[in-house]
Amino acid sequence: MDTAYTIIFYIFTFLSVYVQIFFLITFLEKRRQIVHHPDNLELLSYPTVTIAVPCYNEQATIEKTVNSLLELDYPKDKISIFLIDDGSKDNTWNIIKTFENNPSIHIFHKENGGKHTALNLALENSTAEFFGCLDADSFVNNQALKRIMKYFENDPRTMAVAPSIMVCNANNILQTAQKVEYDMAIYTKKMLGFMGGIHVTPGPFSIFRKKVFDDLGPYHKAHNTEDQEIALRMQEHGYKIDHCPDARVYTNAPESVVKLYRQRLRWIYGFIKNLVDYRRLLFRKKYGAVALFTLPSGLISVLGVVFLFITITFNIIKFFVIKFEQIQTIGFKNFFSLNYKFDWFFVNTKAALFFSIILYILVIISVLIGRKMAGGKARLSISVFYFIIIYSVIAPFWMLRAIYNAIVSKESSWTFERRVTNS
Amino acid sequence: MHQHEPNDWKKYVIVLFITSSIFIAGLWVSNYLSNKKINQLRVIEDKISVDIMSSETQFNLLQELSCKDVSTTVLSSELNSLADKITYSETNIGNDDSNVISLKRYYSLLEIKDYLLMKKITERCGQKSIFILYFYKNDSCSDCTKQGYVLTSLREKYPNLRVYSFDYNLDLSALKAMVSIYKVPDNLPAIVINGKVYSGLQSIEEIEKTFPELESIKKPEDVVVPTTTTKKTTTKTPTVVTPVKTN
Repeated sequence: MDTAYTIIFYIFTFLSVYVQIFFLITFLEKRRQIVHHPDNLELLSYPTVTIAVPCYNEQATIEKTVNSLLELDYPKDKISIFLIDDGSKDNTWNIIKTFENNPSIHIFHKENGGKHTALNLALENSTAEFFGCLDADSFVNNQALKRIMKYFENDPRTMAVAPSIMVCNANNILQTAQKVEYDMAIYTKKMLGFMGGIHVTPGPFSIFRKKVFDDLGPYHKAHNTEDQEIALRMQEHGYKIDHCPDARVYTNAPESVVKLYRQRLRWIYGFIKNLVDYRRLLFRKKYGAVALFTLPSGLISVLGVVFLFITITFNIIKFFVIKFEQIQTIGFKNFFSLNYKFDWFFVNTKAALFFSIILYILVIISVLIGRKMAGGKARLSISVFYFIIIYSVIAPFWMLRAIYNAIVSKESSWTFERRVTNS
Repeated sequence: MHQHEPNDWKKYVIVLFITSSIFIAGLWVSNYLSNKKINQLRVIEDKISVDIMSSETQFNLLQELSCKDVSTTVLSSELNSLADKITYSETNIGNDDSNVISLKRYYSLLEIKDYLLMKKITERCGQKSIFILYFYKNDSCSDCTKQGYVLTSLREKYPNLRVYSFDYNLDLSALKAMVSIYKVPDNLPAIVINGKVYSGLQSIEEIEKTFPELESIKKPEDVVVPTTTTKKTTTKTPTVVTPVKTN
């Protein structure tokens, strides 16, 4: 039992360290190619772009979202904003209607059918060369679109570009922890971009050539993670996806554990189900890094976190059982009169401990590089520890639940999550 | 029409190499520290061995003289802390590790020697001491763990209580001789107190009830002022001399 545990632990740690080293080597190799665009960036031409904003009960944030789009530094006649109310039950539609007269904005109202149906309605009505989506709880930096479009201009093979997503409301510890996670994601995403292994084109402001949808078809429901599915579909067909680190999009991070849990349950559930749907890609070298690296490492992280959680929980329970047995055998009074002396001899020097430390150091390095890439300072702060501690404790719960749900095929819906998020 | 970037196999291999190197380095460091710990234990054992031998010699030299000159430099507290360290090494380095087994055999031998010497000193000098020989096994014996808790707690309560623990299954002829002399059954845990065998888990209360004389060695301050003719040893490990009542 102990040996089996040790071997599994070593395998997971080895693979996790491997993934982190891979990112680090990629970074060292390609860091000069990470471009920081100036504010006065000019494009050779400004192609037409449609930005779709699917809304379901977004009265709290929709106005700010639309205003951020209207402020984009991009020729107004080249950009059209589609606001699609997906059967909201709150005041969203009335707010959307106030933008009716803006020449850049087109508004749509439909029966509730899920995010992918709203996006597909926009796709049907779009005639632009480029198509993007912006979740109604996110806001764009006014330079974001131009910077993304530069990638398309530089490489005609680039078919989609994902932005850097940042948390704009780090008001409590949980949101601060998420901010760290998003910072780290900027780094890993760019590295995956270099490797050609991006597996998600996130809802907030990923831009596609319209040709992608003309060639590969519209969005699918895809277990309520249509942004993962479309990226995998593109990867399957060899369509290049890149990442623009200095195209900044700000998103509202869930402020409570329950809301975060719902969001992540949907993400991880979607990841697992999409992975099952696209299992034909796994380890097939013709599909490149997504098949050999991204999907396997995602799977390792889900299983690794669950494995670690189970063992840690088991050890904690074992510790208390032993203490309980001790108290039961010798009584309370004697138990508390026992002397505990510190001795360096008893400090754990097992190899497993070193590997865990190395892994944590690599994670911290990732966060620091991510911060730097996001335009901040590569400074170690207490929030990094919030991130490590909070995620170690709560992530296993959504991972375990997502695995369970994936096995019994129980979907958690986007609209349900929205209801929770906006309640 | 669309093609993936070619796979960078070289990088996959380089990263594999780096990761493996880190792992090998980690294993090496861990192994190095384990060896250091083992050596540390060996040093302690050697030191105790010298101390015991020195006490024996002193005892032999002075046995015709008064007991107050006999120093009891037999380091029961060091033996106890050594026991904890060996137990820890068994769980963390491995109870089938040849180094750990050899340390354990050495330790058991030291215990037996200490026991015999202390018994002689006690008899000759009329000290009030209680000796507990505790026999346990590592596998499938939950009562052994509990008996361990009981004896640890008793030792805290009665610092002059001498507890010697032995792994029943350890391959050591001296230990086998002890087992046969005291007729220790294989129904473990078993304890031998002042020559009498008790098999099965014995609670604190049971032991205290059977041996009311434990009261007389309850706290160090209750014991008549000890004559601590402390003999400084050359090692850096602090020497804890068990206070012993003398005539």
